Amino acid sequence: MKRFLIPLGLFFVLVVFLAVGLRHDPSEVPSPLIGKPAPQFSLPRLDDPQQSFSPKELLGQVWLFNVWASWCAACRDEHPILLELSRSGIIPIYGMDYKDSRDPALRWLDAGGGNPYRVTVMDEAGRVGIDYGVYGVPETYLIDKKGVIRFKQIGPVTEKVLLEKILPLYKELQAE
Amino acid sequence: MIPEIGHFALIIALLVALVQGVFPIIGAARGNAAWMALAKPAARAQFLLVAIAIVCLGYAFASMDYSVLYVASNSNSKLPLHYRVAALWGGHEGSLLLWAFILNVWTVAVTFFSKHLPDTTRARILGVMGLISVGFLLFMLTVSSPFERLIPAALDGRDLNPLLQDPGMVFHPPMLYMGYVGFSVAFAFAIAALLGGELDAAWARWSRPWTTLAWTFLTVGIMGGSNWAYYELGWGGWWFWDAVENASFMPWLVGTALIHSLAVTEKRGSFKAWTVLLAISAFSLSLLGTFLVRSGVLTSVHAFATDPERGMFILAFLIIVIGGSLALFAWRAPTVGKGGAFSVISRESFLLANNVLLVVAAGSVLLGTLYPLFLDTLGLGKISVGPPYFDTVFAPLMTPAVFLMAIGPLARWKQAEIPNLALRLRWAFGVSLATAIILPLLLGHWTPMIGLGLFLAIWVFSASLQTLRERLAISTLPLATRLRNIQRAWWGMWIAHIGIGFFILGVTIVKGFETETAVRMRPGDVTHLSGYDFTFNGTSEQQGPNYTATRGHLTVTKNGHEVATLDPEKRIYTVQNMPMTEAGISAGLFSDQYASLGEPLEDGAWSVRIYHKPMVNWIWGGCLLMGLGGFLALSDRRYRASKKQVLAQGQAVEAKATA
Repeated sequence: MKRFLIPLGLFFVLVVFLAVGLRHDPSEVPSPLIGKPAPQFSLPRLDDPQQSFSPKELLGQVWLFNVWASWCAACRDEHPILLELSRSGIIPIYGMDYKDSRDPALRWLDAGGGNPYRVTVMDEAGRVGIDYGVYGVPETYLIDKKGVIRFKQIGPVTEKVLLEKILPLYKELQAE
Repeated sequence: MIPEIGHFALIIALLVALVQGVFPIIGAARGNAAWMALAKPAARAQFLLVAIAIVCLGYAFASMDYSVLYVASNSNSKLPLHYRVAALWGGHEGSLLLWAFILNVWTVAVTFFSKHLPDTTRARILGVMGLISVGFLLFMLTVSSPFERLIPAALDGRDLNPLLQDPGMVFHPPMLYMGYVGFSVAFAFAIAALLGGELDAAWARWSRPWTTLAWTFLTVGIMGGSNWAYYELGWGGWWFWDAVENASFMPWLVGTALIHSLAVTEKRGSFKAWTVLLAISAFSLSLLGTFLVRSGVLTSVHAFATDPERGMFILAFLIIVIGGSLALFAWRAPTVGKGGAFSVISRESFLLANNVLLVVAAGSVLLGTLYPLFLDTLGLGKISVGPPYFDTVFAPLMTPAVFLMAIGPLARWKQAEIPNLALRLRWAFGVSLATAIILPLLLGHWTPMIGLGLFLAIWVFSASLQTLRERLAISTLPLATRLRNIQRAWWGMWIAHIGIGFFILGVTIVKGFETETAVRMRPGDVTHLSGYDFTFNGTSEQQGPNYTATRGHLTVTKNGHEVATLDPEKRIYTVQNMPMTEAGISAGLFSDQYASLGEPLEDGAWSVRIYHKPMVNWIWGGCLLMGLGGFLALSDRRYRASKKQVLAQGQAVEAKATA
């Protein structure tokens, strides 16, 4: 009788691991960029391609850098949260429109109910995205006063992430 | 409106599946014929309902209804029609619908080909399959509905992942699902047998053709996926030990063990409990694979939709189905008799050894697939387990398995003798050993792995020839008659084993003799590789239906004669702005020339990867032979005969009824 219980026992060991594994988020890969200076770039702005923008201009501020695209469905999910955050004026949000073109991007912002970004830059070829190690859009970076990446969110910013991770860290960084 | 019809059909299907799952099983326990009789009509009704749902979803794709979220996420107006239809299974929700549909295809097939089964057995089998279906339908209707609306509708869809826009997408997933969902039949037979306490040779005889058919689909399905990866990913590889590949490979390994174990149970009455356990395991591994792919526990290049909430649902489902059936096994299996005795050296023991090796191999694949998860769960860090682990573990397990596989058919049931076997196989052994040593030296490159691979391949061929020779030596009838007298089931076994030989030969030669180079080529440049000259003739722009492409033109010459032209492409799929490589391949019996475009460099130059892949097609050819073997075994006279007998019986009954 006992040996016939072995498969069942093995299976339950497996189940325990699977159940615990479900709580872990496999996309939570420790980013090698955390603690490193944010890669520099100078890219044309979405609203006015004649002008360019570079993160150098933001030294001395703590800011949120959000990578999005009009083709990205998950970006739609986080958009209302970013909008609310920008209305509250707590953290300045800057955007990068990744592997996208101007017209659909502008239309997407209109359709989505507004523009949460102080400035959005265009990374049409996706080269800057490579520097930032973007592999799933949306991705969001919290960058400190010295221009160092302190936090990275892969996938949409949810209310939970915002309240439990981004805002507390932001307060700390502001005090630094 | 149409999507709502589909959604509604799924709801009704769930109710019907509940009826199919509950009443016949209780009826079988209580001997209530009316309740048992519900199984067949319920199964057929459920099939129709799920078919309606899948047609509705297909219609939404074909008619570009972007008010359906799933359609908007996986399709686009510029996507050609055949890919729009195949996009049906391009995402999580649609894959599940396909899963449920194929489960119903198998169930309905059981209703048609189970006339010879006792009513209680049939009721239990269909009931178990109904319960599995309940799980999947419930899963879809609660957390993964493919019919969810998107209000306001999207103007256009986000497009199907360009990686999936390939003819392989049309055939590979349905084939693969036919395979591993097909193990649900063997599973249901096993559970029915455990419930009824009738684990006998008849049970094994009924299970065999279903298992062989599912195994055949799975073999061909895995082969298709491997071939697809070879030309689509542009790395020249054909198997990556990716979690999703492993998810289909584990059921294959256990399924292979199962078809052999069933043979022993049918012929000799042995291994009953073990066979039941394998039948449960094969399908459990299919379910586990679905869990691993769909829950987000593992990340993989194949996992397109992952979600922990769905993960919890599937995990609960796994616990009920696998935990429940293993508990039933622990309760019922001890009462099963032992079956015919056999000595240490006999065909039974060869088959048992192979069974164990296959199961250990499946276990090691499972361990490798889940090891990152174990470490992460225990807080020991994040790692990934790659080909080095699998290659190291797999070769030592498969070497004895293949060696024994070739001997098995020569060994007698019950008792065989090693000196006798050694005498019969001495030529085969000598030829294999000689080839393994001499051939690589002639080809100018000898490594232990090449020697081992060649030895095993030639061993399979030569031992199989010996098996055929002995088989033909039984009588003195004309050769053609003797060949014809051999049953198809035997030919199926023989050809499938030969297929393994082809497969090993292909793998050995490719791994041992392939060459590759990554070069910068300007138009007019020539690269030499393994005796071939590759001339780069520049690129041209191409316009596809939903992509733009830069197509490279290469001419391949050997000794000054043109042997092939290669047209690798670098495509940009416009909707997602996603680059894809399409390899240019000139496929041949003895070698493939393979080129893929890397990045454009200045002044018209490109980085180009060029591969020479000797005998790579033997890998898939071998798999096709295994599949052919499966089909031959299925077409064996005894299955056809039993069907005819059944029809005759049916007609007799009808005649009586009308008289």
